[in-house]
Amino acid sequence: MFQVRIHGRGGQGVVTAAELLAVAAFREGRHAQAFPSFGSERTGAPVVAFCRLDDRPIRLREPVMAPDALIIQDPTLLHQVDVFGGLVADGYVLINTTRSFDELGLGEFLARFRRERLCTLAATELALKHVGRPVPNAALLAGFAAVSGRISLESVNSAIRERFPAKVADANVAAAAEAYDTVRRGMREVAHAEAG
Amino acid sequence: MLKQVEGSAAVAEAVALCRPEVICAYPISPQTHIVEALGRMVTSGKLAPCEFINVESEFAAMSVAIGASAAGARAYTATASQGLLFMAEAVYNAAGLGLPIVMTVANRAIGAPINIWNDHTDALSQRDCGWIQLFAEDNQEALDLHIQAFRLAEELSLPVMVCMDGFILTHACERVDLPAQEQVDAYLPPYDPRQVLDPADPISIGAMVGPEAFMEVRYLAHAKQQQALELMPSWADEFRRIFGRESGGLAHAYRTDDAETVVVALGSVLGTIKDTVDEMRAQGIRIGVLGITCFRPWPRAAVRQALGNAKRVVVLEKSLAVGMGGIVANNVAASFAGAPALVHAVIAGLGGRAITRRSLHEVFGRAAEGRLDAITFLDLDQALVGRVLAREREQRRSGPIAESILRDLGVVAAKIG
Repeated sequence: MFQVRIHGRGGQGVVTAAELLAVAAFREGRHAQAFPSFGSERTGAPVVAFCRLDDRPIRLREPVMAPDALIIQDPTLLHQVDVFGGLVADGYVLINTTRSFDELGLGEFLARFRRERLCTLAATELALKHVGRPVPNAALLAGFAAVSGRISLESVNSAIRERFPAKVADANVAAAAEAYDTVRRGMREVAHAEAG
Repeated sequence: MLKQVEGSAAVAEAVALCRPEVICAYPISPQTHIVEALGRMVTSGKLAPCEFINVESEFAAMSVAIGASAAGARAYTATASQGLLFMAEAVYNAAGLGLPIVMTVANRAIGAPINIWNDHTDALSQRDCGWIQLFAEDNQEALDLHIQAFRLAEELSLPVMVCMDGFILTHACERVDLPAQEQVDAYLPPYDPRQVLDPADPISIGAMVGPEAFMEVRYLAHAKQQQALELMPSWADEFRRIFGRESGGLAHAYRTDDAETVVVALGSVLGTIKDTVDEMRAQGIRIGVLGITCFRPWPRAAVRQALGNAKRVVVLEKSLAVGMGGIVANNVAASFAGAPALVHAVIAGLGGRAITRRSLHEVFGRAAEGRLDAITFLDLDQALVGRVLAREREQRRSGPIAESILRDLGVVAAKIG
């Protein structure tokens, strides 16, 4: 079982992101379970959603307390919520930000994790460029596909097309494509740096 | 057809496949996405002929369902939490009149204090109202139970409540197999009412009955529920023949054959319990679990048979009979004819408190070692409770408990789960 935890703020589509990931996994014939951390959601309030992926039916209903991957939609949460709580030692981290881990003050903390599994992505900027609205989900899920390889970009796109009308879906798929390439490029640079 | 959808959406599809003719609901929290989706289907014409009636309260929702059902329409509604309590008088009436209404209860806690999260207090508060009460373990079963509920309700002329865990199931997006219309039509014949209000052939329904016959009317309600116990297993078999999967029935045993310790539970927590049981079995502990699908009527014989060889029974329940203990545990204990096994109540998950494998391991492990108390409150913060009690001893005007306990606890927004 592979467990993903998504942190964001009410209105950013945290729950939608988890559901899109579940649908993408379903498209690959896998079992998936997406669910929100239940609360009285208010715009701007911290929100958490979870997604489990597995090759067999998922029965577990507890919140994801030891995630294999973290997707953080809003970096301002870093100082408010224990977003890294329980992250497994070889876990993946994807943060929506224009800044680097060092600029976020996370360099030292994240040094204990595997560098090639950590990634920042300016997902909101990609959304503004392609969709015209600050909706970072498509870019973040594509970024997750790129950094983790746990889901294909095609499946993410397929989930987006199932959920949104054609025009909105096209714009999001474009954002996803650029996000995927950006993350893959970043990973190659990390690999080169570590090899050199 | 396999689909990856939210639980509420899956149930809405299943209800629509049952061809309801009247759906009534009060469109305010606590309400579910189920009736929202059904409302859209009626507006778009996808679900026809069907009338969707927005009512002014939950009391009105059940009253309209009663009227519609008495007039011969297949009637459906959904509610949760305080909404169920607000309709309670009409809920009893629907059962007393023998009207086959189907209602989803998306289980949630009951206030005060205000709490919108999941537990079973709402549905269990209505356990003696005369409705059949079915509990779903996952979204596939929630969907399937609705199809079975209409069949059961109409065959027996009794209302049926399908209980599914609020948020945990209603808001979970998981894989379900949605049946075809032909399958549902083959299982569920058109509604043929035992009683119908018809201006062309006037009768009265719900007359006053005095001491000369009230006992007999109540006895027949009880007898009908016993009849349901006999019929449900065969209908679950028929369901399996048409739909190709196990769903419904009275209760489901998992790894109980040689189990010394058997856990009993209702609803979605069964999944987490089964995962825990598998892990404990791998450690050599002889433990199993019995899931109760049909809570009312209480399947006494099935429970007794499943628990017959257990040394001890742990009833893990999301409900509390304040001042007594476990509601389900009490029902389980009453199921034994002779010497009862040791029945422990574990009250868990109240007001949405997460029930984790870690906590289940600990409490089941204690049970297996014979160290579990008669009543346990899972993951209770004893220190927090102690501070409130100390404050009450120290000062007369100790203030409202809920507010002072939150002050003690401090900011919780940073916590996950």
